[in-house]
Amino acid sequence: MSGASLPTAAPAPVPAPATKRAAFPARALRWTRRLPLSGKVGLAFVLFWLVIALIGPLLAPYPIGAFVDENVFSPASRTFLLGSDYLGRDVLSRLLHAARYTVGLGAGAALLACTVGTGLALVAAVGRGWVDELLSRFMDTVISIPSKILALVMVAAFGSSLWLLLLIAGLTYVPGNYRIARALAVNLNQMDFVSVARARGERRAYIALSEILPNMLHPLLADFGLRFVFIVLLLSALSFLGLGVQPPQADLGSLVRENISGIAEGAPAILMPALAIATLTVSVNLLIDALPHRGRN
Amino acid sequence: MSASPASRPHAARNTLLRMIAGRIGAAFLTLILVSLVVFTISDLLPGDAAQEALGQSATPAQVAALRHEMGLDRPAYVRFGSWITGLAGGDAGQSLVANMPVGEIIRERLPNSLLLAALTTLVAVPLALTIGISSAMNRGGRLDRALNVATLSMVALPEFLVATIAVLIFSVKLRWLPSISMLPEQATWGQFFETFAMPVFSLCVVVIAQMARMTRAAVIDQLDRPYVEMALLKGLSPARVVIRHVLPNAVGPIVNAMALSLSYLLGGAIIVETIFNYPGLASLMVNAVTSRDMPLLQACAMIFCAVYLLLMLLADVTAIVANPRLRSA
Repeated sequence: MSGASLPTAAPAPVPAPATKRAAFPARALRWTRRLPLSGKVGLAFVLFWLVIALIGPLLAPYPIGAFVDENVFSPASRTFLLGSDYLGRDVLSRLLHAARYTVGLGAGAALLACTVGTGLALVAAVGRGWVDELLSRFMDTVISIPSKILALVMVAAFGSSLWLLLLIAGLTYVPGNYRIARALAVNLNQMDFVSVARARGERRAYIALSEILPNMLHPLLADFGLRFVFIVLLLSALSFLGLGVQPPQADLGSLVRENISGIAEGAPAILMPALAIATLTVSVNLLIDALPHRGRN
Repeated sequence: MSASPASRPHAARNTLLRMIAGRIGAAFLTLILVSLVVFTISDLLPGDAAQEALGQSATPAQVAALRHEMGLDRPAYVRFGSWITGLAGGDAGQSLVANMPVGEIIRERLPNSLLLAALTTLVAVPLALTIGISSAMNRGGRLDRALNVATLSMVALPEFLVATIAVLIFSVKLRWLPSISMLPEQATWGQFFETFAMPVFSLCVVVIAQMARMTRAAVIDQLDRPYVEMALLKGLSPARVVIRHVLPNAVGPIVNAMALSLSYLLGGAIIVETIFNYPGLASLMVNAVTSRDMPLLQACAMIFCAVYLLLMLLADVTAIVANPRLRSA
């Protein structure tokens, strides 16, 4: 293949649509309509939690730490929509604040895991040889440490401030993302358009970022969602064990932990935060499963 | 190797043995690398155990003396060497908090964890196989889609939600089961059931969903092969095709899925053990994290990693042995 004489023969990374694209809202609407029912439900809940994470604290009827109820673990009522907790605080207000930590930490850590994992995968795929060998060996080693165990060892060693938790949860899931991204990148690296780019004399960074990366965005997006689910479950579990987000800050897992004594009364204070985590993780899972490109495989 | 054509079965057995030996070697190597990672992370601890044991008021000289006594002043690679040789010989060191050998503490807890894992396996594996195979056979049908959404949701459920709801229903509302799992010394069958019903149920929910999904994928992968069409055209019933033809071919991936999920049962039981107060290994590890008892933590982590690698190895070997192409190669 004489790539030098045909520099424009390389297919564009993203195939351009034949007709002019419709405006964004219309496209989004069409895309949503094509989802199966489970995907629509998933999308609705994902959007709901995103909004709550953004503006939740503004909606809270009471200040987060205020003792507003004389009774503890009272059931849902008109004054306290989701009842009160073990100290007589309003569960709804605390939940609205906590959701921000859960969603924010989860999204941040998932972003970290995917950026580092995919970055290293691109280095491995384009670099090949000993770089690839070394990175892949290392990732294989780390992936054979169960994620909760790895996270626990890191929490024991470093502690659990918010930034550390974000870092720990992110790093724990780097190998999983690396594995998927590397498989995708190695496949793409053998495609003709990459050979053409290489023959054109492009630098490795250009090939990795402009030729390979744009073509793996779709599967990577699905993987991002999956990492997000894992990380939210991991961080909630850590908080539930008292090793995650530390008071006075609280994520949804911490809320379950602090109200565990309400279990005998069936208090909404323990059930609601647990249900909130479940709706978040389950809906992301349902949405990923319903994404159109999955069906083609 | 002298593989003359006359001794073919012998040669085949040799290839098989060599492949299995290779897998065992690789798993062993990974275990050593894992121990290196675990040691490195837990060794990065800012303050060390000597400082922690003596408290804030200790003079630097006292700390240095204790450090020397505990062997903490040796270079890291020497400490790693003595730690790993100790582990291999069954001596995991001294717990910093309980002041007794780590091995003794673990010996007390490990059987409990294994029992819980074994019981969960007994319940989960048959159920997962049934769900996976029946949804594969109804691919695209209403049952398959319903099971797909159900398992997809179950995978993403936090364990404490499942456990909490189980406690709410069975202990609080129905008053059938105790909400704490303490097995008395001489338990009757009834007590045994009462103790394990809810922990096993909670663990099953997550594990079954994973196994069922992977089983479905493995079976469907086989159903697309020409030999299945051939068998169906021959007039065999779908059930017979799946049991006699598809399952033997799907054993490799299915066993792999089982191993992956079951490896979760030891380390992943952390939440369930905590909620039901079950004295297992995972809750021991959580205590070790809270009290920063590094020798205990390292030993627990290594057990979980070793079990994971062992299960993966077993799955690998099963896949090799179950593949007729490898048997007669």
